[in-house]
Amino acid sequence: MKAIGLIILHRLGLGLVTLFVVSVLIFASVNMLPGDFAQAILGQSATPEAVQAIREDLGLNKHPVTRYLDWLGGVLQGDFGVSFAQANFSAFAGADASKGGIGSVAAQLEPRFKNTLFLAFVSAAIAVPLSLILGILAALYRNSVFDRFINVATLSSISSPEFFLAYILILFLGVLNPLLPTLSSIFPDMSFGERLLKTMLPALTLTLVVTAHMMRMTRAAIINLLASPYIEMARLKGINPTRVIVTHALPNALAPIINVIALNLAYLVTGVVVVEVVFVYPGIGQLFVDSVKIRDIPVVQACCLIFAAAYILLNLTADIFSILSNPRLRHPK
Amino acid sequence: MNIVISLILWIVGICVAGWVFRAVGQRIRFPSERLNIYFRDMPLMVGIGFMFGIVSLYFVFHFYFIEKVTFFVWAVQGFVVFAISAWLFLMLGRNVGTQMSRKLFREMPATASFGLLIIIIYSLVAVFAGAIAPYGQEEIFEKINVLPGGDPATGGDPRFLLGTDQLGRDLLSRLIFGAQNTVGIAFLTTCLAFLIGTTLGFLAATLGGWFDQFTSRAIDALMAIPQLIFALLLMTIATAWAGSNKGLITVYMIVIIAVLDSTRVFRLARAVGLNIVVMDYIEAAKLRGEKLSYLIFREILPNAYAPLLAEFGLRFCFVFLTIAALSFLGIGIQPPLADWGTMVRDLSQFINFAVFSPLTAALPLMAAGAIALLTVAVNFVVDWMLHRSSGLKE
Repeated sequence: MKAIGLIILHRLGLGLVTLFVVSVLIFASVNMLPGDFAQAILGQSATPEAVQAIREDLGLNKHPVTRYLDWLGGVLQGDFGVSFAQANFSAFAGADASKGGIGSVAAQLEPRFKNTLFLAFVSAAIAVPLSLILGILAALYRNSVFDRFINVATLSSISSPEFFLAYILILFLGVLNPLLPTLSSIFPDMSFGERLLKTMLPALTLTLVVTAHMMRMTRAAIINLLASPYIEMARLKGINPTRVIVTHALPNALAPIINVIALNLAYLVTGVVVVEVVFVYPGIGQLFVDSVKIRDIPVVQACCLIFAAAYILLNLTADIFSILSNPRLRHPK
Repeated sequence: MNIVISLILWIVGICVAGWVFRAVGQRIRFPSERLNIYFRDMPLMVGIGFMFGIVSLYFVFHFYFIEKVTFFVWAVQGFVVFAISAWLFLMLGRNVGTQMSRKLFREMPATASFGLLIIIIYSLVAVFAGAIAPYGQEEIFEKINVLPGGDPATGGDPRFLLGTDQLGRDLLSRLIFGAQNTVGIAFLTTCLAFLIGTTLGFLAATLGGWFDQFTSRAIDALMAIPQLIFALLLMTIATAWAGSNKGLITVYMIVIIAVLDSTRVFRLARAVGLNIVVMDYIEAAKLRGEKLSYLIFREILPNAYAPLLAEFGLRFCFVFLTIAALSFLGIGIQPPLADWGTMVRDLSQFINFAVFSPLTAALPLMAAGAIALLTVAVNFVVDWMLHRSSGLKE
């Protein structure tokens, strides 16, 4: 057991190192901006004095390494800096905006982060069981009409852009048959049921995208095992096909399946951006795109870091679970 | 809530009907022995599947002939037209052409021939867009927001079959030019990504040592950030560099996506390369004193051809979708170039008019569907290629 703990610690360490490298990468790419933040805030026609003032305000005259360490230190304490969109406002008001006031990125991010998590959870809650059931059924009735149909349908839904699926759903479930709201206007003081209803269309879109992939992988993982001798044995004993698959093949296929589920949840992180924009869902993805458009660098930086962290975390989980479920991986050659 | 309850009722009903169907089939003695055995050995799910198929057919019939839901009718008609043309294409390929191509077509499933047909049509439209489109992509007419349909009674104009947009540009022309821009740019980006990825990957495989370590770790770091997110971050910086020069943004986007996508190509090229490098013929070539370029281009590349080609198809889909997503978000291909992602975004509000004017609502779906159709087609072909090269039977 000690070995497992060590391996997990090792993986966690690697994850932390990756996260550190990613933060350096993000910081470095943002610093490739022409001119600097101060000019980006004030635009081309700013007077040199104003630029200088802001530069000092933001500490831009310091060395990049010092600035990076400052930024990282802030991030570790939950302080992502001041949003440009509100920076001027707080500078004129004289408030200390970086301490969680109105202009701070953290204050902007927090409610949206919760919303995005909610959306991801709802879609995962629909997608994971659905794809497992469909995958097992497809493996059970492989090469039948059902399998072919599922194959074509999932391939089509994997290859469609998210916004296409989103608009198809809007058209049929929102406009032609007004069953679900097409705009996800979510407020903090909403009841859970109402919230769920408003989240339904974006969640369904994400489900469509993710289910296809997970289901195909589940099917492939199970079918891979069907050629092995112990399955042959189980079949020869005369066990019925459902039992062969569910009790004999599935436990051994669990490692790749868990892996795929975690990877797809990581994919949700990216898919969320487009879907949130389509449905005007007040989540991080929407904020990210808006900030990219107005070049609100601190927000872009923070969102990017959060997305990357979620991505790394989920990949790490996939890694750890596959080690746990497959003893062979515990003894690397 | 009603809808949920009726859905559950339908599912339960189908299950019960499936069970009854099987049970009745097992009781009745059919004259043919095969049918008797078929029913005797039928798993319950197959019975349910039969019932499900019948119910789905009924709903198709109901929506098509009785309720006549416009979009559904179009979808069914489109599906039938595509299925027939794919079948005709398959028949044509099986009977015309050289021995090789005929053999290829004989082994091809219907989905792959459909994919191939679509790819050919798209390439033709992309190459000859200037000749097919009635107007130029930047041509502006005085009539703005003309409704589609070409019928003056409903606000259309026979000169503009699909109507015009808010600036007075012909939408049909823009849809056709979209093929040239979107597909062309995606193709260019994929080629660039492959150039970077395979070169670095093969170099890492052959040179090994610190070069391999360095590139692999750098690529790992790049891959740790989700692709679309990183692309958006870099595009922010690129737009700042490009300033008001819109054309430059498109160029930056091509480079950024190519670099980000080359990471995946690198991984594959390195893995495939590593398997080839240990072969005896590489050893022999090294002992002969061949140069690095000979090793890569004459020894490794021809042997890595098949997996790389399949990967090219998949990468193209990813690149195409990423570009479409970026354009849809407003940071990809820039106007005045016509492209499908931007068109979907600009026309998306029209979807709310679906009840009054289905054709207007179909406009954003046409652009989005054009993207989806091509990726589906490429995926079908790649699926078949992978299946063929792996020799998987089950």
